[in-house]
Amino acid sequence: MHYSGFKVIKEALTGHRGWGPAWRDATPKAQYDYVIIGGGGHGLATAYYLAKEFKQARIAVLEKGWIGGGNVGRNTTIIRSNYLLDGNEPFYEFSLKLWEGLEQDLNYNAMVSQRGILNLIHSDAQRDAFIRRGNAMILNGADAELLSTAQIVERYPFLNVNNARFPIKGGLAQHRGGTVRHDAVAWGYARAADRRGVDIIQNCEVTGFRIENGTCKGVETSRGFIGAGKVASCVAGSSSRLMEKAGMRLPIESHVLQAFVSEGLKPLLPGVITFGAGHFYCSQSDKGGLVFGGDLDGYNSYAQRGNLPVVEDVCEGGMAIFPNLGRARLLRMWGGIMDMSMDGSPIIDRTHIDGLYFNGGWCYGGFKATPASGFAYAHLLATDTPHKTATAYRFDRFATGHMIDEKGMGNQPNLH
Amino acid sequence: MLIDHPILGPRDAAEFVYKGDAMLIHRPDWQAEDAVAQFTDYGYLRDNPAGLHRELWFHEQGDRSWLVVTRDTTTHEITKVELARDVARAEGRSR
Repeated sequence: MHYSGFKVIKEALTGHRGWGPAWRDATPKAQYDYVIIGGGGHGLATAYYLAKEFKQARIAVLEKGWIGGGNVGRNTTIIRSNYLLDGNEPFYEFSLKLWEGLEQDLNYNAMVSQRGILNLIHSDAQRDAFIRRGNAMILNGADAELLSTAQIVERYPFLNVNNARFPIKGGLAQHRGGTVRHDAVAWGYARAADRRGVDIIQNCEVTGFRIENGTCKGVETSRGFIGAGKVASCVAGSSSRLMEKAGMRLPIESHVLQAFVSEGLKPLLPGVITFGAGHFYCSQSDKGGLVFGGDLDGYNSYAQRGNLPVVEDVCEGGMAIFPNLGRARLLRMWGGIMDMSMDGSPIIDRTHIDGLYFNGGWCYGGFKATPASGFAYAHLLATDTPHKTATAYRFDRFATGHMIDEKGMGNQPNLH
Repeated sequence: MLIDHPILGPRDAAEFVYKGDAMLIHRPDWQAEDAVAQFTDYGYLRDNPAGLHRELWFHEQGDRSWLVVTRDTTTHEITKVELARDVARAEGRSR
């Protein structure tokens, strides 16, 4: 079923009896060409691009719970491509370009809103760093603009520009950045993949891999063995738990990141602002809630909930820069589990086991990467060569010294 | 979270800095034949278990001791706290 304005009007006039399920509830077949483990944004996007761009068939996505129940539904919905390093920036710019055409491509309203993102500057050194970053972005075909304090006050009059510790001295804006309705990304990719024949199999947990003579033949699941030509792990947050079943140790620690939403307010915050120095960032959802977050809790966790010191830290950061936040009540807070990699950058690569592929290590930057991650992973799966924007995301970069460390923090995952 | 410091008693985890897996106590021998491979593992690969995890915490806002904390990563429950010094000696590290 094709969605359109005409269809909405027709259904409105006929009692909404013509809407079918957006995707089939598939039962697993005995054998597929591609089995993708993980029905989150990245896994569903991988399936979609495998079918659409690379003309592959016999594809299944296995999800242990329900699709979109993990990190694609737990993030703060921001898209941007304001990276510095050559290994990253072309990839994230490719992703932003895919976001720009996503809704027409999927025939699904994902509420892609390019309302702009602004990184605040508080010192001369930070201005120099952001000018360098902006130039790197422009060199890679992205947009970037350095804003003065006056330009920021014009757009965001409520910001505290005279904070004693972190006065606002300007900002780096990316006007093409913004927000997307995250659940709709999972559902849109699921529906579009399903329409191209992909089997989406929910409540199907992978319990092991069948590996014979160094080749992965398929996966053991809670719904029986499923054979596969190629098996693709795509379970960021749980990557170590899954790959341990194939005998692999990863350059990853799992950490909890909390996020928050206030009660619904009238339009207040037109774009996304990030206060990196104070560990706080914020945007306003289309329902009116202020959506904000900050740092990791900082210790290994699979609990999907954090602790109160970080809540206090994030709210203090918010109050320092955005004082009228104090008049809003916090509605909800939650946690998601991040694959924190050793250099803060992801991995999209083959493994040492033939037929077993890996996508993970997204730290807390996975949501914005969803389309490009799916595209690049599909490219790797279909052609056995990395996509031109994802050539740096290799497993062996840690052994060879080719880390992609945007923040220059070294191999300490909780600092990225 | 409260960390029951062996010397100071229960302390707020916010006083501590987290380092990571307690296997970091065992730095490889730099003269070993396969030192490069050992250091690659040591520097970059982690077990990252869901369940009990032995990990290093540094009491930066306190007595600046290193602790080995045994904690469940699925519940955050702490079941054992030891001085890293005692653990290292018991496991054969001389200093």
